[in-house]
Amino acid sequence: MRLYAVVAAGGFRRYATYRVATAAGVFTNTVFGFIMAYVYTALWDERPQLGGYDLSQALTYVWLGQALLMTVAMMGGGFEDELIERIRTGDIAIDLYRPADLQLFWLAGDLGRAAFHLLGRGIVPMALGALAFDLALPANPLVWLAFLASAALGVVVSFAVRFLVALSAFWLLDGAGVAQMTWLAGLFFSGMVLPLTLFPGALGELARALPWSALLQVPADVFLGKHTGWGLVRAYAFQIGWAAALLTAGRLLQSVATRRVVVQGG
Amino acid sequence: MDQPERVDRPLDRRGDRLWAGVRAYGLIASMWIRSTMTYRASFAMTTFGNFAATALDFVAIMLMFSHIDALGGYTLPEVALLYGTAGAAFGLADLVMGSMDRLGRRVRDGTLDTLLVRPVPVLAQVAADRFALRRLGRVTQGLLVLAYALTALDIAWTPLKVLMLPMMLLSGAAIFSAVFVAGAGFQFWAQDASEVQNSFTYGGTTLLQYPPSLFAKDLVRGVTFVLPLAFVNWLPALYVLDRPYPLDLPGRLAFMPPVVAAVCWVLAGAAWRAGLRSYRSTGS
Repeated sequence: MRLYAVVAAGGFRRYATYRVATAAGVFTNTVFGFIMAYVYTALWDERPQLGGYDLSQALTYVWLGQALLMTVAMMGGGFEDELIERIRTGDIAIDLYRPADLQLFWLAGDLGRAAFHLLGRGIVPMALGALAFDLALPANPLVWLAFLASAALGVVVSFAVRFLVALSAFWLLDGAGVAQMTWLAGLFFSGMVLPLTLFPGALGELARALPWSALLQVPADVFLGKHTGWGLVRAYAFQIGWAAALLTAGRLLQSVATRRVVVQGG
Repeated sequence: MDQPERVDRPLDRRGDRLWAGVRAYGLIASMWIRSTMTYRASFAMTTFGNFAATALDFVAIMLMFSHIDALGGYTLPEVALLYGTAGAAFGLADLVMGSMDRLGRRVRDGTLDTLLVRPVPVLAQVAADRFALRRLGRVTQGLLVLAYALTALDIAWTPLKVLMLPMMLLSGAAIFSAVFVAGAGFQFWAQDASEVQNSFTYGGTTLLQYPPSLFAKDLVRGVTFVLPLAFVNWLPALYVLDRPYPLDLPGRLAFMPPVVAAVCWVLAGAAWRAGLRSYRSTGS
């Protein structure tokens, strides 16, 4: 357990090193936040209460998306490129000899990364958004806590998906294609491009049932107070269910994959 | 009579350097294309991914229009015209110059030094570095949306309006390319701030995909007079659509994009040279 805490702290520190990159990222998140906020304003001007949100809730949704984009790695990034590279070059053999579990080792590092990105790239854009627009920020501190828990579960689901993507490199060697397909699905079905409550009919039901809705849609709805009481429990159960299913799949795939490893000499 | 030595004439030398740069760009780019083709399945997937990534943007706009008839007073085909011109112009710039945003990494890890000692213009080497043919996916998607817009719109075509379309794509691509080059010049100092550049390139494209009537006046002023992205498609496209201009700008500005693109290139070139001159190797 201590080992994984150290790995998580390492993941945090590693991203904290890039201060200029973090500042540049905050700038980008803010620019996109402003553009989307104006688009959503025009959209909600036409149709107030669209998707069950009023205008200030919709604007809050926009800025939550910018704040969580890097935290839950909706566009990928973080560990999977590195793990794919280690699989391709064969360095993975060294990892497998380490006295640490492969999946837990990378999960700990990714949690550290996510924690940094929430603080480094989440808070400032959200604060700037709140200054420029009328946002629906929860008054109850418990809602903020419930949101943080939901965001953390979102990170675990995101990790579980990306771990599966990385393991595909055992078969494909070059995982770039699969990684890209996955972040595309992640971006669209997490609700980043448009809240999933605006997706029509069966597409909407499918989108809300897929694991990616655990990344943004669910935490955002918790933040906006859409899930309370048993609804909150159900929202958590949804996230935990996907996390458990995907982590188990990752574990099974990992044991199949490691049997395939052929360590080349030299 | 002996011919004067050609090398003494600076104009010729500049022409030679330009030719050397274009030639080097072609060679490096074709090398990267061959290298990408080693993993064909991955190439097919990433090209499709590039197509699909941008296509999902437009799907989102279509989903918005399933709830509304007009966004900021513009219909779906009108927004599609803005979307297609901005997307295709940016896609072209991204295909040719998109690798410039790797410059910061090269400055950090010192691999830029390798490029400096080669007898080939550095700009051509950086621009062609990891040339990614898969970016054609984005251009294709933009052109398809543009094609949809042109079939769905009811425009009273004049020869000038027809000429506006290729002009938007070429001048727009040139303006975005200048942003890539200027951004790279900035990265000689900032090193790991490639995301700032993304705000202006990807962010700019996103902005231009929507009608100017959605945005605050100051923002529209900024992208007209400071970073002249409005000339990529807003002003010429509004001429094609017979729509009023933002900020009550005069109508003839619609014909300015080639001039604006040329000015952008001169400024971007200056920023690049200033950056390159100030470069100090990490020594590692």
